[in-house]
Amino acid sequence: MWEQILPGLRIKLFMTVVLGIVYPLAITGISQIVFPKKANGSLIKIGDKVIGSEIIGQNFTKPEYLHARPSATGTNPYDAANSSGSNLGPTNQKLIDRVKASVEQFRKDNPEYQGPIPADLVTTSASGLDPHISPDSARAQALRVAKARGISVDQVNQLISQYTEQPDLGFLGEPRVNVLKLNLALDGQAPQR
Amino acid sequence: MTSVGVLQIGIFLGLVLVCAKPLGAYMARVFEGQRTFMHPVLRWVELLTYKVAGIREDVEQPWTQYTAALLSFSIFGFLLTYLLQRAQGILPFNPQHFGAGNVTPDLAFNTATSFVTNTNWQAYGGESTLSYFVQMAALTVQNFASAAAGMAIAVALVRGFAGQEKRTLGNFWVDETRATVYVLLPISVVAAFLFVSQGVIQNLSPYTDVATVEGAKQTIAQGPVASQEAIKQLGTNGGGFFSANAAHPFENPTPLSNLPSLFLIFLIPGALTYTFGKMVGDTRQGWAIFAAFSVMFLIGVFVCYQSEQAGNPLLAKMGLQTAATSGQAGGNMEGKEVRFGIANSALYATVTTDASCGAVNSMHDSYTPLGGLVPMFNIMTGEVIFGGVGAGLYGILLYCILAVFIAGLMVGRTPEYLGKKIEQKEVKMAMLAVVATAFSILVFSSLSSVVTFSAKGYWNPPGPAIANVNNNGPHGLSEILYTYVSGTGNNGSAFGGIGANTPWYNLTIGLAMWIGRFLFLIPLLAAAGSLAAKKKIPATAGTFPTDGPLFVGLLVGTVLIVGALTFFPALSLGPIVEHFLMRGGRLFSTTLPFHGIWS
Repeated sequence: MWEQILPGLRIKLFMTVVLGIVYPLAITGISQIVFPKKANGSLIKIGDKVIGSEIIGQNFTKPEYLHARPSATGTNPYDAANSSGSNLGPTNQKLIDRVKASVEQFRKDNPEYQGPIPADLVTTSASGLDPHISPDSARAQALRVAKARGISVDQVNQLISQYTEQPDLGFLGEPRVNVLKLNLALDGQAPQR
Repeated sequence: MTSVGVLQIGIFLGLVLVCAKPLGAYMARVFEGQRTFMHPVLRWVELLTYKVAGIREDVEQPWTQYTAALLSFSIFGFLLTYLLQRAQGILPFNPQHFGAGNVTPDLAFNTATSFVTNTNWQAYGGESTLSYFVQMAALTVQNFASAAAGMAIAVALVRGFAGQEKRTLGNFWVDETRATVYVLLPISVVAAFLFVSQGVIQNLSPYTDVATVEGAKQTIAQGPVASQEAIKQLGTNGGGFFSANAAHPFENPTPLSNLPSLFLIFLIPGALTYTFGKMVGDTRQGWAIFAAFSVMFLIGVFVCYQSEQAGNPLLAKMGLQTAATSGQAGGNMEGKEVRFGIANSALYATVTTDASCGAVNSMHDSYTPLGGLVPMFNIMTGEVIFGGVGAGLYGILLYCILAVFIAGLMVGRTPEYLGKKIEQKEVKMAMLAVVATAFSILVFSSLSSVVTFSAKGYWNPPGPAIANVNNNGPHGLSEILYTYVSGTGNNGSAFGGIGANTPWYNLTIGLAMWIGRFLFLIPLLAAAGSLAAKKKIPATAGTFPTDGPLFVGLLVGTVLIVGALTFFPALSLGPIVEHFLMRGGRLFSTTLPFHGIWS
């Protein structure tokens, strides 16, 4: 009987060392040398201050910035230490009320925009940290951003086009706009008044 | 549905198909102990493992010893995972100073069970609960171990069909070691670097505090993610480093990380069909199973994709653009990421539940009723659509036994599969496995729908067990049902709104996981033992061929009918009725008045 049981303990301990310590540490070591930026979270620095990560969304509320999607992370939106979706089902009154409030807020903020609101702009993402919005969602906000910055809407739209990431390899995933990167570009090109 | 969406699904399945033969043939050589091109590099690791663990490579085990070895391996895995979590406060690599207080005994029990049974249910909240050391030394290790165990069992069952008048099924320790060293580890290393190149993080730093562009404080969680992500997908484990799992940009940053992430889930299950064919000496048998897998996969993915793209009519009414255009994905975007849109989210949801993976890149709880029914039904079939590594193959072989048995009943002949007579013992064992899992799902779901506890008590602080749901009405029942489906099916994905981190849920889900894993595979190993001892009988004109379209149809039919007959009543009270209520504009807000039977 023992010959069936003892190897279980011994192999387990051995595996813990090889697969639980050596393997992840080796991957960490090599990644830190080969992909130092990506392995550490694609952080964006201005001077020596870290202002965020290229691939983690941030909350934007001011009119001169493009707004990101609503976020369902805990008490604060875009809490990157507490990723979470809303987990609201399609027949939940709370979902309908929340979307309705977002729609009203959007219409209030962007009175000139008359088209349909892209679905992604008023729904929460799965992680609550979605760094992207769809190109249509960006364009829907272009006029507001242009007015708030005193620049032409064409200028904003041109930046949006420039910052639209096409599907990977031409067919994988969706076209998208990285909100943080675009807002930093806006700040660079047309500083706030 | 868009043509680009359909194309992506096609390319994904094409990749799995292309890799099935080379990897399948390689695995057949590995498990038969033949030399492969990886032996010069890795043979020493295999030999070192035997030496350290005191394993004799040349000893074969009958099914009882094989099972005992598996159980011993699993129990030690359970104990170690439990202890490491509880002791995380005094262990290294813990920059956030998580302690035993973050993992209560019931939560640690649930997580340990979950990682031993290849379920990887997330009652824990990754970045807010577990130290890097626990993520690496406990969870990453179990990801390898439980996946390798699944492969070992599948191979043992295949040997039952392949062998003749044999008492033994191979050696569990050897199979486990070979699966880890020659298959899981090398592929994981390659995948981990692929992930890092896309932006998946891999570091041991403390969380980063940043001041955002608008001046808010944001704390960004860090950790050794890529090394775990690789085996989590490849081993169809699915327990995320982060709460949001593969929806989190640090776990799955781009569509180019998403495709390998999906591909890794189906890679080994797809290839094992070829390994199976090779080991029983007729690769057409393996391809027949691959075909059955593909048919069921395609049905599920298109139903799910269609429902999610159609979206929620209640949101469309508010002036939302829910049709896909070139500038946005449309559809039901609640709980989905922009970079994945509808197509890659629906594909992921289908793949992760076809296999027993359970990783998610979108939140199933927010799916439309029929879109959410697909993942649930996929798990209910027993995850035999490609399935978990090993688990998919041994699960579908169980259905093969049932399918030939049903065919045998129809024509009045003793059923045979691969030249082995399927008799009373095998059918009994197959039925035991089917009944045990159905029992676990339905009984635990019913219990949680009615049982009440005192509010703020130990067992379930919210009070009645239904008070833990995040959505009322039929969607709440779907949440409870999905919970036990996922636990029993060893999947680990969730309708995540349910607040399942209470002693009642942690313990019952834990039990469901034990039942779903071991009451499924022990009967199968028993059947394997009995099959191995039988003589092969030569095929005659009257033998039902099990490598053609007729058999594929019969097999698919058996899976769907067994699943549907068992679970249709439950599904009709959850997602199906919700679908019609949603079309009718019915919403659910207030908590329904509720009096449990035990209150």
